[in-house]
Amino acid sequence: MGNESKIKIDNLNLHIGKNHILKNIHVSIPERQLTVILGPSGCGKTTLLKSLNRLTDLYPEMKIDGSIFLNEEDILHSKTEITLLRKKMGLLSQSPYPLPMSIYDNIAYGLRISGRRKKKYLIKRVEHYLTQVSLWDEVKDRLKDSASSLSIGQQQRLCLARGLAVDPEIILADEPTSALDPLSSKQIEELFVKLKQRYTIVVVTHILRQARRIADYVIFMYMGEVIEHGPAKDFFENPKEELTKEYLKGAFN
Amino acid sequence: MRDFFIKIFRIGRKIKDQFHSSWMFICFLLILVLPFILGFGLLYKSNVLIREQSLLQLLFSGNWHPLKGEFGFWPFIVSSLWVTILSMLICGPVCLLSAIHLTHYAKKWVLKLMHPVIDILAGIPSVIYGVWGILLVVPFVSRMGASMGHPNSGYTILTGAIVLSIMIIPFVLNILIEVIRTVPRELSEASLSLGATKWETIKYVVLKKAFPGIISSFGLGISRAFGETIAVLMVVGNVVKIPTGVFQPGYPLPALIANNYGEMLSIPMYDSALMFSALILFVVVTIFNMGSRYLIIYSEKKI
Repeated sequence: MGNESKIKIDNLNLHIGKNHILKNIHVSIPERQLTVILGPSGCGKTTLLKSLNRLTDLYPEMKIDGSIFLNEEDILHSKTEITLLRKKMGLLSQSPYPLPMSIYDNIAYGLRISGRRKKKYLIKRVEHYLTQVSLWDEVKDRLKDSASSLSIGQQQRLCLARGLAVDPEIILADEPTSALDPLSSKQIEELFVKLKQRYTIVVVTHILRQARRIADYVIFMYMGEVIEHGPAKDFFENPKEELTKEYLKGAFN
Repeated sequence: MRDFFIKIFRIGRKIKDQFHSSWMFICFLLILVLPFILGFGLLYKSNVLIREQSLLQLLFSGNWHPLKGEFGFWPFIVSSLWVTILSMLICGPVCLLSAIHLTHYAKKWVLKLMHPVIDILAGIPSVIYGVWGILLVVPFVSRMGASMGHPNSGYTILTGAIVLSIMIIPFVLNILIEVIRTVPRELSEASLSLGATKWETIKYVVLKKAFPGIISSFGLGISRAFGETIAVLMVVGNVVKIPTGVFQPGYPLPALIANNYGEMLSIPMYDSALMFSALILFVVVTIFNMGSRYLIIYSEKKI
């Protein structure tokens, strides 16, 4: 378990028109730990997460500057190979969006587009990743069924497996449990804790209790600024900033 | 006394309420039975012909000699199918590609600009498309046919299909844009975050999700094309012969009705024959619509 930083965000600013959405973000995300980006709704958490794999490109109205280093490579540099970059990061969105195809194809999709087409290999990999998210036993008899026939909780785990299948280094999750029932949420949280042995995980959440349960490292944001960041233990037991103390007391919720 | 008035008032309201809801029900009922009345009317009027001659003979015979009492609709049916399918083959890919461009590649203002253009295209009376077809498309097809070794007058199946395909563009394109736009952005994001390129995302995810809608837009286009009358009639040649190529003249069903109804009715059973061709149109369009509806439901289940 290294404390080395995986992602270094340096002087990141993001504007939409005249609105300053992210202000001078300056923070590092440690490797193979579970980092939680915490803060009230509308504080720029999701935008920060999306700029990590440059999904901000999809919104031409967003003007972004600064730099984000992943393994010494600047993500925001225009010469960065964007498909390779995105492959390094699995994304889990607020509510699950399974691709419009079968359960099997949802996992195989990422492998196929990266050139892996041998059927035997695909079958093995699909089983492997579905097992990793403890979905295999539930779906092994209906792999050809449409992915939308699964329950929401199962869909979210399928989306996680889909992200793992392209062998990322990082998992980005944007309030991944907000659409789920408590049991499915718990399953996802447990999976995260298991997966952080191998992956760097970044979870955006506004649920304080969830952050307390799973975080190794916390980045607290408010109104587009990083107010405080540090190891979870220090953050929760010994917050330095006034705003953090108030947030932890529940003043914002 | 006051209680009495309140009671009257209440009863009045109740009656009004029932009165108005029944009006709505009658309106709805009217719309519901309208297609059946239409269909039944056509069947009733064409009954004379159907009783006289075998249905197979009517549908699949190429002999059209009304004076001898021979009514074979095959040339008209084939012409209609040619024109419709060809126009959809031209219009479908063009509309689909431009809808993808407008929703995923073009700047937002281009899409905004496109909406009035579509409305204008949709609003132009079909006779204007017909005139425009005579002025531009007819000479174009004539020259094109000549250069390809099929000399023709320009009044051909292909001409009709080109004019038709332009006429149905607004309807098909409009639905396609809506359909592709309603595919959730998160779905594209999911695909992109797996390392897919933009084109892969569109091809495997966006279009797949939008597939039922794409089918329904094409279905609507086909139904419109099949029934379109004036513009096609003006450029398609109107020669009773089974067409065997796109550079030959055709005579679609709607043109048959529009050209002859009210003029040739002194010929026995001609009236009934025209009603029968209207019935064919009616049935074919209904089958098209139901078929595309079935495809929509089927493909929605799959994704």
